[in-house]
Amino acid sequence: MNFLKRTIPLVIAFIMGVMMVFQYYVPHEASQSLLKVVTRWGITIAGFAVFIGAYSLFHLHWNKIKRKFPGWGYSIFVFFGAGITIIFGLYNGGEFFLHDKQEGTMFDWMYFNVQVPAGATMFSILAFFMASAAYRTFRARTNEATILLVAAVIVMLGRVPIGAMIWEYLPPIADWIMSVPNMAAKRAILIGVSIGAIATSLKIIFGIERAYLGGGD
Amino acid sequence: MHKLFSTIILTILILLYTSVIFAVERKTLIPPSDFQAFDTPNDNGKSISLRWPVSPSESADIEYVVYASRYKSVPFDTEVLRISSTTMYEENSDSNFHYAEINLEKFFGEKDIDKEKNKNYFFKLVLMSGKNTVVAETIASASPKGNWFNWLKLNNFIIMILFCGLVLYLIEHAKKNPNLYLRKISGLDAIEEALGRATEMGKPALFVHGLNGMGSISTIAAVNILGRIAKRVAEYDTELKVANIDPIVLLVSQEVVKESYLEAGRPDAYVEDNIFLAASEQFPYVAAVSGIMMRERPAANFYMGYFYAESLILAETGANTGAIQIAATDSYTQLPFFITTCDYTLMGEELYAASAYLSREPLLLGSLRAQDVGKGILIAALVIGTILTTFGIGFISYIFMAG
Repeated sequence: MNFLKRTIPLVIAFIMGVMMVFQYYVPHEASQSLLKVVTRWGITIAGFAVFIGAYSLFHLHWNKIKRKFPGWGYSIFVFFGAGITIIFGLYNGGEFFLHDKQEGTMFDWMYFNVQVPAGATMFSILAFFMASAAYRTFRARTNEATILLVAAVIVMLGRVPIGAMIWEYLPPIADWIMSVPNMAAKRAILIGVSIGAIATSLKIIFGIERAYLGGGD
Repeated sequence: MHKLFSTIILTILILLYTSVIFAVERKTLIPPSDFQAFDTPNDNGKSISLRWPVSPSESADIEYVVYASRYKSVPFDTEVLRISSTTMYEENSDSNFHYAEINLEKFFGEKDIDKEKNKNYFFKLVLMSGKNTVVAETIASASPKGNWFNWLKLNNFIIMILFCGLVLYLIEHAKKNPNLYLRKISGLDAIEEALGRATEMGKPALFVHGLNGMGSISTIAAVNILGRIAKRVAEYDTELKVANIDPIVLLVSQEVVKESYLEAGRPDAYVEDNIFLAASEQFPYVAAVSGIMMRERPAANFYMGYFYAESLILAETGANTGAIQIAATDSYTQLPFFITTCDYTLMGEELYAASAYLSREPLLLGSLRAQDVGKGILIAALVIGTILTTFGIGFISYIFMAG
């Protein structure tokens, strides 16, 4: 069992990891084909995994309804929404699912008139959250918070026409903050992230990091 | 008399204007003295490079047109390039040569290219000004060949090998000296505190995955942390909920949490429904996770992985519920939002370091030391490079040039 659950995944991770590292340096067609094939495998696996995801979602919400958990009424909408989407998706504007997806069907209508506006609504809430988060952050309680407050005020004013009207040097100072200290910090984080990503990849390829297989060690 | 004089003047002016127009129309086009075609180096064998010196007749309204054919004798009817004659100069040639790469697949089809490997392709260069054209004397030809190594990436390859060697050396070193010094990461130390609080309050801990799939290093790092957290949660007998957006991440998370419970000797406490797919798209995911936070009021929220615009909505909702919040992300655009709203934030590579930090395994600690040494080398290179470049010595930039 340990052989199936540990050794084989580690061997596969090692072989595929080394192959894909070298693939990056080999421009030959054979190498490009390998990348295409592996990418296709990924898409295929993801396709099957969707069924498991759907099972998890339905199982969870079915149990909530069955056991009358608090807020179980919302779970009915999961089945309602998924049900009509699947029905109209399979109906495919009268052409049924064996044909290519048709345009302008009820399935599309639901997407553009329900899902897209609902997503946009969630996104628009971000503006209010930003205001409340900014209020909390900009209370200058520490030196760092004071620096953040001053920098944010300069950048905000420097990016709007009234900033230049208040003081003509505000826009160039805002640009300097963005292109020098901000860029330096961003690049420092990126360098750290890149080195960390390489080290983590090596740990996985050489089987040193195994926590992702479960069980911690 | 006056009329005659006016007519003569007018005639002279018309003749002068006509001669100018005629001269422009008849401007002589001089073709480039040479025209070369060769296999594009460091490619997959599906392109040919063309190179030719500038012509004295070049100007913005004059074009170069290249026609290609599979055979020298048949008409060149496939136009593969049309550019203004004052563009596409070869790099480092001081605008003395033009250079273009022709993707043969685009003009002759993928199947045909694959069928006839090592076939010669012929190219004809035409200088064009309106209807006036002149053809370069040379018909250039070349055969495309695939390369087994991209020499432009040689510097990258050497750095990669050196860094691999450094990581492996330091891991071996860590085996012999397991007591490596690690700087304190408050966010990781606070995990214990957060889980302890959840246990005392009898409320669940919520682990929220980022939006990326298993192909992303940040997700793998998040799963590694999840394993450690799940083990501790199982020991404390607290409830752990894991929200996922990707079905594959869901599967891996279920397996990792199950194994952790098993290792902690509490397989009975594992509930599969607690590791669930909240939604498969960004904003439905936000709505689902925010709903869980408001209804179930978890005592501790962990945001681990790569986040996008949803980070602030999630973290601000969590802050409003009064939960202890720990975030770890390598998405630098979202870091300010997490720093603002979370109690502890692991920045950038701290996310990758978390697994080693929590486990304290010598093998993993060795790789952390390698990360620090790697960063030290890069900082030294940046400082030395800046000084050298200031004095006009720029070779160091070639070492790190992207291929």
